Amino acid sequence: MRSERFHDALGRQLLFTLLILLIEVPLGVGIALTMPRQGIGVTICLVLMALPLLIPWNVVGAMWNIFALPDIGLLGKMLNGVGFDYNFTQNPFWAWATVVAMDVWHWTSLVVLLCYAGLRSIPDAYYQTSKIDGATSWQVFRYIQLPKMKRVLTIALLLRLMDSFMIYTEPFVLNGGGPGNSTTFLSIDLVKVALGQFDLGPAAAMSIIYFFVVLLLCWVLYTLMMRDETN
Amino acid sequence: MSSITLKSLRHSYSPNPQTEEDYALRKIDLTWRDRGAFALLGPSGCGKTTLLNLISGLLKPSEGQILFDERDVTTLPPDQRNIAQVFQFPVVYDTMSVYDNLAFPLRNRKLPEAELDERVQRIAKMLSMQNQLKQRASGLTAADKQKISLGRGLVRSDVNVMMFDEPLTVIDPHLKWELRSQLMRLHQQVGFTMIYVTHDQTEALTFADEVVVMYEGQIVQIGTPEELFSKPRHTFVGHFIGSPGMNLLPCEWSAGAAVFAGHRIPLNKNLPHPASSNLQLGIRPEFIRLASEGIPAQIQRVDDVGRYRIIKAEVGGTNLNIYAGEEVEIPSDSLHLDFDPDHTHVYCDGWMHEAKG
Repeated sequence: MRSERFHDALGRQLLFTLLILLIEVPLGVGIALTMPRQGIGVTICLVLMALPLLIPWNVVGAMWNIFALPDIGLLGKMLNGVGFDYNFTQNPFWAWATVVAMDVWHWTSLVVLLCYAGLRSIPDAYYQTSKIDGATSWQVFRYIQLPKMKRVLTIALLLRLMDSFMIYTEPFVLNGGGPGNSTTFLSIDLVKVALGQFDLGPAAAMSIIYFFVVLLLCWVLYTLMMRDETN
Repeated sequence: MSSITLKSLRHSYSPNPQTEEDYALRKIDLTWRDRGAFALLGPSGCGKTTLLNLISGLLKPSEGQILFDERDVTTLPPDQRNIAQVFQFPVVYDTMSVYDNLAFPLRNRKLPEAELDERVQRIAKMLSMQNQLKQRASGLTAADKQKISLGRGLVRSDVNVMMFDEPLTVIDPHLKWELRSQLMRLHQQVGFTMIYVTHDQTEALTFADEVVVMYEGQIVQIGTPEELFSKPRHTFVGHFIGSPGMNLLPCEWSAGAAVFAGHRIPLNKNLPHPASSNLQLGIRPEFIRLASEGIPAQIQRVDDVGRYRIIKAEVGGTNLNIYAGEEVEIPSDSLHLDFDPDHTHVYCDGWMHEAKG
């Protein structure tokens, strides 16, 4: 419990989770709201949205690794071209930015699809009533779409929360948790301790704490949302 | 308050309508006077809701005009038409309290808070919801939610027309009566023009001064409940209204009279020779009497509905329903029927065959 190394990994993990939730959820809701409601556009959008979800983790990592290489990667070269000193293997900030971007690219679609399903289930009468009541589009979002999306949003949030604690493959493939320890999240640390160093005792303790952290977070979130629902 | 005039209104959901079948509404001409209570009655898919959405501005008509009094509102958006609409499924803003729900349309129209409060309180009292104002709307029953939908229209002083799209569909049967009478009372109290869409004839007939019956995108008859019952202009009206509906019997025209299953049927008027040979005789079960002589019929079944009985009988291969009070003695197998000439009508191609002039 007093291990500084564990605390650092946990801190990084929480920061990462917070960041991706703050980006993916609003972005997902936003994209779902702008998606077409009928016509051929629906199919095209749904297929486009589902594509990243079909790609395995390690492929995402490998893909972004090449994509972001500072000297030959499309992204890396471009960022350097416009004047950034982009290098994910040496600079912790860019390493983080790349891992977060990767996760957002990979998983925002899940939030979009869930929210889109929620939006589609709102009967037309709600939109018609709001028109007659003279509501603005912000009010439609605030008082109709958001409350109706709440359930699916809860599920999206829980899924992303749990998944983000599982993050392993992408930063591992990208940088092996580096530079230094800067992208060593809980799971990577755990594997390093358990399988790299074969310190099974501390690793077991870590994994139990890891489990309880996820459980606690999910429970808090779920209870908060359900209490809101029953009131 | 205002009257509503529909001029040559047509609507099609397809962008390039070619034939009559492409139109959900085929040419509607109609005037609804100020402060009246009107029902739009028809089976599902006959265009009732389309017509309602055209009046409220949720749809733009393909052709024709909509006038409120003399003002052309055809191209105005819903919030500028001074209408309110209550839908089949109760619509409330779940996260708001009952009070905020009722105040919502007024706040959007920038009404001063003091006046707003006075109105909301008054309407809540009318709806007997003054004790629920602080409650969250999501926890209410369907009936209460529907009252709020209605209330959001009532609070607005600018509402000319209140439209109801089958508003009692999801309400429990025992609450239906209560809500219905509350609605009728409010209509008298506030005096808005009311248009009520339904496929339930009881609802239409109890609510409205005048009922518009629609069928396949057309208006087939406009009239008081009494007129629809005793003089259906179209076989659809005859069949749709009444429980069971009008008996429609195939007949022929011979020497100035209708002949059904070899029997001349007496009518109370002289009719010219019909233009088509597609003829039907229409008579309601209520106007057929059991007699000692007349048209012979075979009884097939007798349904006891409580206060009266319905005899299902057969005449020359055609089935018909006959209404019989509890006091009438019904023979066991065969009987003779007597058609009331005042209520026997001839239909030519579905439309009532009438004397000209």
